[in-house]
Amino acid sequence: MTAQRVKFYQTGSFAVGNRLLEPDQRSVQADAGRTDAITCGHRACQGCGEALGARYVLDAAMRVTGGNLVTVNATGCLEVFSTPYPESAWQVAWLHSLFGNAPAVAAGVAAALAVKGRTDVRVIGQAGDGGTVDIGFGCLSGLFERNDDVLFVCYDNQGYMNTGVQRSAATPPAARTTTTPVVDANPGNRFGQGKFAPFIAMAHEIPYVATATVADLRDLEAKVQRAMGLHGARYLHVLVPCPLGWGTAASQTIRIARLATESGLFPVFEAEHGRVTGVSPIRRQAPVEEYLRQQNRYRHLFDPVRRDDLIARIQARADRTIRRFGLIEKKEP
Amino acid sequence: MFQIRIHGRGGQGVVTAAELLSIAAFAEGRHAQAFPSFGSERTGAPVVAFCRLDDRPIRLREPVLEPDAVIVQDATLLRPTQPGSGGSEVLSGLKPAGFLLVNTSVDLAELGLAEVVARLPSGHAAAVPATLLARTHVGRPVPNAVLLGAFAALTGLLSIDSVAAAIVERFRGPVGEGNVAAARAAYDHVMGLRSHAPAA
Amino acid sequence: MRQQLEGSQAVARTVARCRPEVVCAYPISPQTHIVEGLSELVASGALTPCEFVNVESEFAAMSVAIGASAAGARAYTATASQGLLFMAEALWNASGLGLPITMTVANRAIGAPINIWNDHSDAMSLRDCGWIQLYARDNQEAADLHILGFRLAEQLSIPVMVCMDGFVLTHAFEEVDVAEQGLVDAYLPPFRPRQVLDPAAPVTIGAMVGPEAFTEVRYLAHENHLRALEAIPRLAEEFAAVFGRACAGLISPYRSADAELVVVALGSVLGTVAEVIDDLRDNGVRVGALGITTFRPFPAAAVRDALRDGQRVVALERAFSPGGGGIVTQDLRAALSDRDCPISTVVAGLGGRAVTRPSLRRMLVEATAGSLQPLAFLDLDRELLGRVSGGRVSGGAA
Repeated sequence: MTAQRVKFYQTGSFAVGNRLLEPDQRSVQADAGRTDAITCGHRACQGCGEALGARYVLDAAMRVTGGNLVTVNATGCLEVFSTPYPESAWQVAWLHSLFGNAPAVAAGVAAALAVKGRTDVRVIGQAGDGGTVDIGFGCLSGLFERNDDVLFVCYDNQGYMNTGVQRSAATPPAARTTTTPVVDANPGNRFGQGKFAPFIAMAHEIPYVATATVADLRDLEAKVQRAMGLHGARYLHVLVPCPLGWGTAASQTIRIARLATESGLFPVFEAEHGRVTGVSPIRRQAPVEEYLRQQNRYRHLFDPVRRDDLIARIQARADRTIRRFGLIEKKEP
Repeated sequence: MFQIRIHGRGGQGVVTAAELLSIAAFAEGRHAQAFPSFGSERTGAPVVAFCRLDDRPIRLREPVLEPDAVIVQDATLLRPTQPGSGGSEVLSGLKPAGFLLVNTSVDLAELGLAEVVARLPSGHAAAVPATLLARTHVGRPVPNAVLLGAFAALTGLLSIDSVAAAIVERFRGPVGEGNVAAARAAYDHVMGLRSHAPAA
Repeated sequence: MRQQLEGSQAVARTVARCRPEVVCAYPISPQTHIVEGLSELVASGALTPCEFVNVESEFAAMSVAIGASAAGARAYTATASQGLLFMAEALWNASGLGLPITMTVANRAIGAPINIWNDHSDAMSLRDCGWIQLYARDNQEAADLHILGFRLAEQLSIPVMVCMDGFVLTHAFEEVDVAEQGLVDAYLPPFRPRQVLDPAAPVTIGAMVGPEAFTEVRYLAHENHLRALEAIPRLAEEFAAVFGRACAGLISPYRSADAELVVVALGSVLGTVAEVIDDLRDNGVRVGALGITTFRPFPAAAVRDALRDGQRVVALERAFSPGGGGIVTQDLRAALSDRDCPISTVVAGLGGRAVTRPSLRRMLVEATAGSLQPLAFLDLDRELLGRVSGGRVSGGAA
């Protein structure tokens, strides 16, 4: 793992506090001169993981590029809550075109910059999971296979939250959405469906693929920094809990994201040219139940009847992911 | 206006033949238009291409329905398409004073064209072994450019030098040279037929 | 220099001389030869600097063009038929964002049934997407309209579609004077975008607009479109001054001033129509034609000025609206609402059906006699209809 993960366990907090660090080790958000790429006044819900993630990603990218950044945004929550005409929360050059074409539009921006010799200006494309793994997936694959000089960031909240919480291909099994209702013996989203976009990104053998969550924002910044130090197509998949869609308290966004990683359901790793080069190990493994219980979208697993069968299937998924990535370091006997 | 229709099969360079004709005519200061029958034809399927030559700009966009000349690159296309239909569509609309050029090593009468030839003015029909000539000079059985040499001789509409120039513009190197040699041989072949033809 | 070449190559070479900085390519017949030609010009260094992007769909092609244009590059792509429809959403977006992309549409039918041949169903179905639509009658015009199109698009910040009939023009070898580089440079200045994605002066492009302002945004787009009706004749005049040959602007009348009957049409069919008109005139039948070069915005005033009371009008349409009728007809009716000009619609040449002189002549003779039905289909094969439908079929034929 290239990034040095800094945590302050002595305070009982995982927050980004770094006054004790050397200035160059401190987080971008700790810098009073940060860009505030998406600034106050936007209309995201309380506790929005996506707004938090986008701010960290873009501020980190602005620092790495010295402010020479162009951002392309797909349709979705992030676009809608940030640009109600005539207002804009964006402090960076920003373009929104359509729902399904952000990767291609970003590729077009990169092509224009290349032809004009503006190699100093870098491009970030960003979308939610719907805009990335579903409707924008053809364009994303095209971006990857051409190895266009774009960092594409997926803010994954596991569903179509902007349109009122419908299922996407990133919605996990058993989760309730308005299109995967809780009605029959197999309530919520089906098992055996969906896709994990980082794997498919890796199959394109692009220079850099990474996952992150808003539970470890220093790690997120470090991965953006790493990504922006490279050229070609890069992909960053960030898990961003959605209080509305997941049925969680606005105050619990970070905690939920951390449980997603510590349960093993969401692996945090880096890959280069198709090979995993580093993982964030699970420090304290949490049973999936601890993660599921806090979200209303899984309430049917516990109430009115506890569904041990389904919880076990989800635990098996987590265990498989842990084994696959080696997320739990084997203790010396 | 002089209108030409070329019949052949996919892979025989039918469309290219029409284009080369138009380039040769353009080089001689004429107005010319060439276009294919716009199919998605695969190798071996019947293909038609058209060419118009005129002394004034050509506005017409319809297919050539009443050709002044028909070039047949593949004689098998002359067989009736349906039993009892009395003939193929290859010759349809050919004007009474038109020209007919067929790629074949046998006599036109042997292809069942005696009647057709008899209806045309003397010296307006010719059989040319274009595939054979192409094999000899180019090394490949592609008759399209070869027949253009024969067309120049048969109709007198274009000089063989213009045809040769159009060929080398499209095909560089030995392929171009071989095709020019084959076209000139076909030209000489038809000129030879004409000198032996009975007076009209 | 005048050359005998394929229409697609004439367009590719002319587009190259317009110095596009980003060209996006996705193959679809009958457009493919154009982007093939451009790829060669870029690869050989004849067109530089230019980024040639091979994309995974037409939707991506238009999207790449959108990104490139928003970042200040002159962007070009070409498509046809299903491809144009596949980029429909992005077309509205490009015009809504005011991005002056120029695109060739090699007009082709829309399936099902799948059909690769020429008609105008593709461009007509995107009539209202906010792009300027120019229709070429021959390959010289197709090439020249691109030069005018780039200039027009960038002057008004409206994207421009140059429509040329698929196969009939794209695959036809005929002589074209491919504009010299120096003249194109004199006519077409470098692209100066109205707003651009620039980190030094960051702007938000593509904000969400609610009911409080959406009507106003659309109204301004309409006003801007109407400016094209003033700009196009001026640009055509300037074109003639620079290049020494006329370029079609809004409309092109042909022997229509004293005609009793005027055929209104778009695209390459006007050539065959002109032949038939000359022929009928020789036989004492007073007919003429009115070519519509600019279909969007619709040049209603120019059309009204070109026609007079008492003239019969036949709208010869290469597409139609099922359940409605002629598409161009609707615009003609609106433009001529205060004129005494009876209008008939003749749908012709769908899916590559050849529009021939004998058929046109027969139809026009019927039309001058006043016996043409209000909506007729040229060369409708009644026997085939019977076989296809297995029953009785209503509707007019010409």
